[in-house]
Amino acid sequence: METLRVLVTDDEMGMRLGVLRTLRGFTVRLPDVNEEVGFTVEQAESGEQALEMIAAAPPDILLLDHKMPGISGLEVLDHIARTPTEMLTIMITAYASIETAVTATKRGAYDFLAKPFTPDEVKAAIRKAAHRIVLGKQARKLAEENRQVRFQFIRVLGHELKAPLNAVEGYLRMLQDRALGDAVGAYDETIRRSIARLQGMHKLIADLLDLTHIESGQRRRDLREIDARQPAQAVLETLRAEAESQQVSLELHAAEPVPLIADRSDIEMILSNLVSNAVKYNRPGGRVDVTLSKKDGKTSIVVADTGIGMTEEEAGKLFGEFVRIRNEKTAGILGSGLGLSIVRKLALLYGGEVRVESRPNAGSTFTVLLDAPIAQDPPSTTTISPGAES
Amino acid sequence: MELSDDRKTVLLVDDDSDFLFQQRLQLETAGFHVLSAANTSEASRLLDQQRPDLAVVDVMMENPDAGFTLCYHIRKRDPSIPVILVTSVNSETGMEFATATDQERSWIKADALLAKPVRFEQLRREIDRLLKA
Repeated sequence: METLRVLVTDDEMGMRLGVLRTLRGFTVRLPDVNEEVGFTVEQAESGEQALEMIAAAPPDILLLDHKMPGISGLEVLDHIARTPTEMLTIMITAYASIETAVTATKRGAYDFLAKPFTPDEVKAAIRKAAHRIVLGKQARKLAEENRQVRFQFIRVLGHELKAPLNAVEGYLRMLQDRALGDAVGAYDETIRRSIARLQGMHKLIADLLDLTHIESGQRRRDLREIDARQPAQAVLETLRAEAESQQVSLELHAAEPVPLIADRSDIEMILSNLVSNAVKYNRPGGRVDVTLSKKDGKTSIVVADTGIGMTEEEAGKLFGEFVRIRNEKTAGILGSGLGLSIVRKLALLYGGEVRVESRPNAGSTFTVLLDAPIAQDPPSTTTISPGAES
Repeated sequence: MELSDDRKTVLLVDDDSDFLFQQRLQLETAGFHVLSAANTSEASRLLDQQRPDLAVVDVMMENPDAGFTLCYHIRKRDPSIPVILVTSVNSETGMEFATATDQERSWIKADALLAKPVRFEQLRREIDRLLKA
């Protein structure tokens, strides 16, 4: 439970004690943000004292009397406005004077209470303020988390983009310095390796664009009934040459049509990421089996390989961005680390899921279950900003 | 490449296969005998079999500080083998390590620290300096 600090500022002791009694043991349940809030109450008997207390430690909520001897409530508001805080002020006006309320709001008060007020009116005002404070706190926390995730992503991306550049620069410098002598043939391997790194970088950028495209929600999907066997055949056709060069056999198992409503290019992207992984992380003489079927109305895509497999711990990390399993077996294999992240995000667009079962040195089986396409949110333009009242 | 018995042996340890390939080719062209390893355990196996005259070790491999650990083990095994640590920490984090004086160098427990990307001439210079010492 969160506890918010309330400061009551009023020259009448009866008023202060009334608020104190009302809020003792009072809690606010906020189901929409899953939070319960309690309160501690402090008192100030003048504007001067309130300002001192606020300067020392600003409360979350300030209940502020308008009319006090010494500096008035409005003057207190002016002082507070000079040093921005997260504090919300509820102005107490002597009678329901719209004019005072408007002036107070203009000077930064969040709400007002007209004297005389009932305990329920105090509670209602406090509840509203508490809701707003907790929402603001959560919105700020979320924004900070998003910021950190974005930073992390950019950091890793920077690293992933710089590594191939460093490598290619190194190879070119060897050529520039004639490090291997004057015969061009001596550089064949350095050139082959440079091209491989550049191709890896191409793939990384293509994957990154795919991922951004999927996440932006701005993509218009061409949804229609398709037979999943068609995109599967197309993907296998494209990857066959690569598979043959690795001595891996590719086979599609789907005796019957596998109808589903989808954008064909989404299904192709899922299959091409899974099948190209299955080929890459395989071994000479190995195989990749793609099985398509319908189960309880859902479309099942299973890609099984006889490759190097992975441990349970490695499998658990697999679907994160830029996650590549690094061990002696994967050392020579290039990848962007984004492929499975793309597969998972695409599956989610079809109310689906991706599962992996794997055994080291035996192989991995990826299962994608797709339900029906989910309406994508339009790009989000509404954000909760702590400064605006909803 | 002429073979001679007084070729010096350099152990290269880095999980970046391009870095290994590049430095290995250039060191071999320059007349060194090169042993290469992609991680700490491979390096340890090589060290069990023979004693290199010098080691070049990447800091970040299977762990962020794998190179420091390996460096420590090489030192313990044979303090006479000079170790050059290579790191991309500088270019990735913007942190700078002062390594100008012996005192500044003492904490890294290595004889030299080079920031990636490493030019071969730089590496060559450090190797020549340490092997002469």
